[in-house]
Amino acid sequence: MSFVRAAWLVVRKDVLIEARSREILYTTLFFAVACVLVFAFGFVNEGRPITDAAPGILWIAIAFSGTLALGRAFERERQHETLRALMIAPVDRPALYVGKLAGILLLLAMVEVVIVPLVALLFHAPLFTRPLLLVALLAGGTTGFAAVGTLFAAMLVRARSRDVLLPVLLYPITIPVIIAGVRGTAALLQADVDVPMARAWISMLVLFDVVFIVLALWTFEPLMTE
Amino acid sequence: MSLDFHSLALTGVTRTFGRRRALHKVSLRVEAGELVVVLGPNGAGKSTLLAIVSTLLAPTGGDVRYGDYTSAMGAALRARIGLLGHDLYLYPELSPAENLRFFAGLYGIDRVEERISMALDRAGLSDRRDDPVAGFSRGMRQRLALERALLHEPRLVLLDEPFTGLDDAATDALVGRLRQLRASGCLTIVVTHDLDTVDGVADRALLLHRGRLLDVANEGEPLRERYRAALAHAPQPAAGRL
Amino acid sequence: MFMMAPFLIDGAPYESTMGLVQKIFYFHVPSAMTMFVSAFVCGISSAVFLFKGRAAADRLAVAAAELTSVFGIIVLVTGPLWARKAWGVWWVWDERITSTFVLWLIFNAYLLLRKYGGAGSERLAAGLAIFGMANVPFVYWSVNVWRTLHPKTTVVPTLQPGMRGPFWFCVTAFLLLYVLAITARAHLEAERARLEEIYLSIEE
Repeated sequence: MSFVRAAWLVVRKDVLIEARSREILYTTLFFAVACVLVFAFGFVNEGRPITDAAPGILWIAIAFSGTLALGRAFERERQHETLRALMIAPVDRPALYVGKLAGILLLLAMVEVVIVPLVALLFHAPLFTRPLLLVALLAGGTTGFAAVGTLFAAMLVRARSRDVLLPVLLYPITIPVIIAGVRGTAALLQADVDVPMARAWISMLVLFDVVFIVLALWTFEPLMTE
Repeated sequence: MSLDFHSLALTGVTRTFGRRRALHKVSLRVEAGELVVVLGPNGAGKSTLLAIVSTLLAPTGGDVRYGDYTSAMGAALRARIGLLGHDLYLYPELSPAENLRFFAGLYGIDRVEERISMALDRAGLSDRRDDPVAGFSRGMRQRLALERALLHEPRLVLLDEPFTGLDDAATDALVGRLRQLRASGCLTIVVTHDLDTVDGVADRALLLHRGRLLDVANEGEPLRERYRAALAHAPQPAAGRL
Repeated sequence: MFMMAPFLIDGAPYESTMGLVQKIFYFHVPSAMTMFVSAFVCGISSAVFLFKGRAAADRLAVAAAELTSVFGIIVLVTGPLWARKAWGVWWVWDERITSTFVLWLIFNAYLLLRKYGGAGSERLAAGLAIFGMANVPFVYWSVNVWRTLHPKTTVVPTLQPGMRGPFWFCVTAFLLLYVLAITARAHLEAERARLEEIYLSIEE
């Protein structure tokens, strides 16, 4: 049972389940949009939005809705103890992590497809001047967030107070990701787009992703077994 | 890659959770073709025992051997173990066919579709093969879950309360299945409360009482009576605890 | 070792007069260094616990985490006190103190997880500690770059020669204090573990 094949089977299963009910997708999307709106009301002054607020709001919405989606995704596995069935299967445990991570990334990608244009619209923010850089930034940041989040959500499945502990653990660790995302997006929004700055942030995110995915693969098995 | 074994040996297995000792120096030996029933009141440690035998939990003391192998063999060993837990491990949003197909993929089974069809026939669910499991009764799910646990033809079969929610016909079918497993050389451990049903099927009955494993007499009266006798003779904790 | 603590206070008179307020620096920076050392200790012993399963490592980790939190509080309180007097504002988005804040949050999360996570949370907390430790360079780098975009007041001034003596003295004193505290705390955990063992053996 190869690593890649096992991960692929898990992703396929998750996509299949989600395609049936679309529960997590719709609720996360709705939450993200509501999030953006709530922040908008906080930052729109006399009908004129503060463009500077756009990057922050975008990334906070991604972080909040990501946390929600992670919680729901693992709650599903917890309900019928299917996570146990996965653990007892003759597959490399880290493959399960990769499969779950891929699933969450797909979900968050779909959410971002909606809220990035929304933020651009509501805040009059020219986000699409350099689309490739924007995509790289979003991909790097979301992957970093999801990489740590998937591990934490998985390891908390058998813990008490797991709903509140996930954000408590996740947010401090992903602060560099948020900083990079926000500042990188801000660099892209400047009238004279600061490409080197954006590239610097993207590089940091890529490094973060590599380091933390490796760390997660390494610690997944000991953290999931007793 | 294919690993096999013909005996299971637990020696002095202990498991503590902080201050609570769930299992206390449990020793057990099961040979291929044997069916052992583990009885005991709730909270006695039966689930912990199954978790350890299925390699999901590590013991705090003692040793578990599968033939000459230990749980260090990892995935290769897990491929030969089948576990049916109390929570059934089924995805409610998927159909029986899809559930089986997923696990068949994870276990690397060949001739997948053929085996799935056979499994669904045995479970009596062929006509519902594409309906989401969410709509099934407990009994139907139990039958499907059993098939899922046995799909990869494991050597070691661990069943946690497999008779829950089954009607008479299904119970008979399961008893027949258990006899088949014995005949084909599987090591089977069944945890149950259903004393009358397993009476006569089991080679041996064991009582797990406050974390200790005790024998229940083999011959003589019905299992129910022997169980009561064993329970009455079980050592009680010392008076005056801290 | 208790002897060192009074000397800490005794060391103060040796400082040159750069303004009384500046003397808080002698507590602030050594506390920060101790805190980073403690975070490192927690991360390493967590890794040992997670991969080698040695319970003693876990006891050391929890002691280190608590001390990280304590020394973190010292840093985060002395920082604003100094800032207020020196620059007139309570909080300066200095990269060092902001990074300290983040690290402090991470290790507080460790303690929360151990307390409220239920059974088995020691291992999970160990995982968090490892992630926290790996995160330190990223936090520092990102806060650093982020900060340079905001022109701000001066950072920690470079050390004048006259101050070096007392400074390193204080650093040593703090580190010794730390070693003392962590030994005591880890010992407490060891005693607790022994108590659990005794409790279990009574049931024999």
